[in-house]
Parts: sequence; structure tokens; C-alpha cells
Amino acid sequence: MIHKKSVLNHKVSLISRVILAIKEAFTYEPKVDSFIYSVKIFFTEVTLLTRFIITFFKELVHPPFEFKEFLKQCYVVGYKSLPLVGITGFIMGLVLTIQSRPTMAEFGAESWVPGMVAVSIIREIGPVITALICAGKIGSSIGAELASMKVTEQIDAMEVSGINPYKYLVVTRILATTLMIPILVIFSDSISLYGSYAGVNITGDISLRLFFSQVIASLDFMDLIPALIKTFFFGFAIGLIGCYKGYNSDKGTEGVGVSANSAVVVGSLLIFIIDMIAVQITSLIST
Amino acid sequence: MISTETKLVLEVKHLQKSFGNKTVLKNINLTLAKGENLVILGKSGSGKSVLIKCIVRLIEPDAGALTVLGENCTKLDNNELNALRKKIGFLFQSAALYDSMTVRENLEFPLRVSPLMKEKEKNELVNEALENVGLLEAIDKKPSELSGGMRKRIGLARTLILKPEIMLYDEPTTGLDPITSKEVSHLIMDVRKKYNTSSIIISHDMACAKITADRIIVLRDGLCSAEGTYDELKHSKDKWIHSFFE
Repeated sequence: MIHKKSVLNHKVSLISRVILAIKEAFTYEPKVDSFIYSVKIFFTEVTLLTRFIITFFKELVHPPFEFKEFLKQCYVVGYKSLPLVGITGFIMGLVLTIQSRPTMAEFGAESWVPGMVAVSIIREIGPVITALICAGKIGSSIGAELASMKVTEQIDAMEVSGINPYKYLVVTRILATTLMIPILVIFSDSISLYGSYAGVNITGDISLRLFFSQVIASLDFMDLIPALIKTFFFGFAIGLIGCYKGYNSDKGTEGVGVSANSAVVVGSLLIFIIDMIAVQITSLIST
Repeated sequence: MISTETKLVLEVKHLQKSFGNKTVLKNINLTLAKGENLVILGKSGSGKSVLIKCIVRLIEPDAGALTVLGENCTKLDNNELNALRKKIGFLFQSAALYDSMTVRENLEFPLRVSPLMKEKEKNELVNEALENVGLLEAIDKKPSELSGGMRKRIGLARTLILKPEIMLYDEPTTGLDPITSKEVSHLIMDVRKKYNTSSIIISHDMACAKITADRIIVLRDGLCSAEGTYDELKHSKDKWIHSFFE
């Protein structure tokens, strides 16, 4: 009797699930509303970000200047990132050399390896890879730090004590990343070239002087300057997105995670967009 | 409750605040006299914290008038507001100590508003504020090394360093054991005595209210539903109000 009842219950629940599925299938509508909502959210975010940038430039030129905090952020962003940037830079140069050497050898152009690697690193790979690493390390750290400060009311505490938290927290961090990322890129590029030198010497034998004379001979002004200029924009984007996401974080621990994550995702995406624009402008200028 | 001759340091009239469709404060009217301790009671989510955040304009009110130390708070620009905020101390529920700084740096932080102050004067003020909360030995510790009660005391010391005229306490005893709660409540009384502050204390803790309150206002459905001394409200015939005292 009990067994029969449970079988009947099972059948009833199965039928009701099928009916529900059919109902859902017939009532399905393309999610136009959610698309419109996403577009609205996108434009709202763009507007808020624009306002955030305008506030940054306003606060940047108005005293008082938080010089001590700015130096501290330069130390955190710049000095503390040196080991990571250095190691990845060395590996980048080494790997690029080892990978490109056989192909170059096929064309009998093995002696061009230092020059080719140098141009690739200085123009493109060095700035972009270093900026992406910094977006991961620095962007997420700024996003999480400011978001947790917001969640624990530390930003509110600054505000009620009559101190401008935007100037103290945001302006100093964006300025530090804008100035430190180019320095980190120069450092990473230099280490990359040493990595490349090591790569060349795994199978071949070339002196350091000859290697660097080939590197310098293959580079010109138009390789160095545009690559350096775009790193300032990379740094600005990393600091800006980290601060924006952290400063406007939702309350709660979930908000901290979301802010850190989206600081990295949006920051990395912006780096590629800036790089694309920079390449277009550079090629327009050089033609 | 307050005689017309008493000097008011804070006056809230017809204050309203909504978040989306939810109206948190419908029509709040209250006054705070000089040297008075006003406790605001209410259920969680009744808008008590929103009310004191509106007073310092951490949250912008939708409507109503806020007069703080004779100034119309809602019409001040940023510089004027910052100047006014220096006269108001705010103790946050979580104490809101800056994690990346030591206790000394936390206490020195509000003094940035006086850039001409000498290092010696700063040290004296920091030491004095820490002595007042009985935690001078914690001066070089980080907030992560402090207990909940110590954090609250350091938070209080940080707000006192600018010698505010009005103190706003957001649930000062929440999350503390009864003994530490009592100590913090007595500390609030000591602060009033020493600094001659007027205070608004948001609390659920009736033991704290009993020690600190000169007057209690009960918030209910976005309105001030009852007002009186601790004893008056304890004997209220309204069951809902009476339930706070059980």
C-alpha cells in the first residue's frame, strides 16, 4: 500500500514537472528587457566613470596635496612590484628568443634575433604584458583595498573627520600608477633584453656588448617614444578602474570580491583598447 | 521636554529619507540641547543609523531642515560642511579604524586638517586622547591586534582628538560583552563630563541607555513614536515600547 502511494506521488511530481517545463517553453520571450537593462547599466557606468575622471582632474589641481600618501603609493605600486615584473620580464625575453630562434635560423637570419626580439619587446610585448601583470596585481589590490574600506565605513570615517577621501585615496593612487607603470615597463623591458641575451646564449655564443649593439642598432626613436607614452595611459587606466570599482563598491564582502575582480577584467580590457588606439595613432604618424 | 531657554545644538525638522520605494524616515523631528545625551531606540532597520548619517550628510536627506550648531546643514557647500564636521564626532558601529595604520597614525589622521600643528603638539593630543580611553599602551599596535572593545575605545579616542562639540554614537556597545559594554557606556559619560559634549546615542542596549540617556526617543515606522526619560518609557503602556525594557 505504502509502495503504491510513493509510486503515485513520484508520477504526480514527474507530470507536474513536465507541465511546468511545457509552460515555460510556451511562455518564453526573448529577453529584450534584460538587454535594454544591460545597455542602460553600461551607459550609467560610462557616465559615472566620466564624472569620476572629471573629479580626479579637479581634485588634482586643488590644494592641499597629499604628497606623503602619494610617495607611499609610489613605493607600494612601484617598488613592491619590481620582483614580479622583473621575473616575468626575464622569462618573456628568454621564451621569445628561444621560440623565434629556430624560425629565424631557417631563413638564415639568426643574427637578427636580438634586433627582432628587442623591437617586439620594446614596441609591444613589454608594455602590454607588464601592464596586464600590473592590472592583476595593482588593480585588484587597489579595488579590494578601497572596497573593504568602504564596507567597513573607513571612507565614511575620513569624510566625517573633514578630510577629502577622494583626494587622499583616489588621486594619490591614480597618480602613482600613472607615473610608476612607465618606470616598471622600462625596468621590465631592460630585464627582458637580458632574458633574450640568456636565450641567445643557450645554443649560441654572443658577447653582451655585441648583443646590445645589435639591439640598439635595430631600435629607433619611433620605437621608444610611442611605446613609452602609451604606458602612462596604461597606468592611468589601471589606477582609475581600480579606484572607481573600489570606491563605488557595493556593501558586503561580496562587493569586495566583485570590485577586485572587475578592476582586473575592465582594466585589462582597457589596456588592449588603449594599445589598439596607440598602434593606430603611431602608424598614422609614421606613414 | 526641553525648555525653550535651553540652548539647542542640533535641530531636525521634518526630515525625510527614502531608498528607492522604501521610505526609511517619514517625518523626523528632534532637538538636542547643549550637554544632553539623547538615546535613539528602535528596531533594526528602523533608520536610526540613516538618521545620524543624515545629520553629518554622509547620506543626503530628501527633505527637511537640519540645523547643527546654528548652521543650516543642508545648505552648506563642501568647505563649510567640512568645517562643521570638525565640530562633530562620529563613532561608527565598527569603529572604522584605518587598517593600514597604527593606533598612533589613526589618531593623528584627523589632525591633518590642522597642517600647521607641530609634531610635539600632535603627540600630546594623541597621548591625551589615549589616556582618556585608558589605552595608552596600544599606541603602536595595528587595529587587527585589538579586541572589539579596544577598537571601540580607540575609535572614540580618534573622534575626541578634535574636541568635538557634538558626539554621534552609532551602536557603541553592539558586539561587546556586558562588562565591556558597561565600560564603554561609562566612558560615554566621562567624555560628556570632560569635553562638555552633547551626544546622540543609537542603541539597542538598554543597559547602555539606562547609564547614558537623559532622554530617549523611540523610532517606529519612520517616525518618532515616543519620547521620555528611561523611567518614563519603561513604564509606558505601549506594549511595543515596553518590550524594549523586558
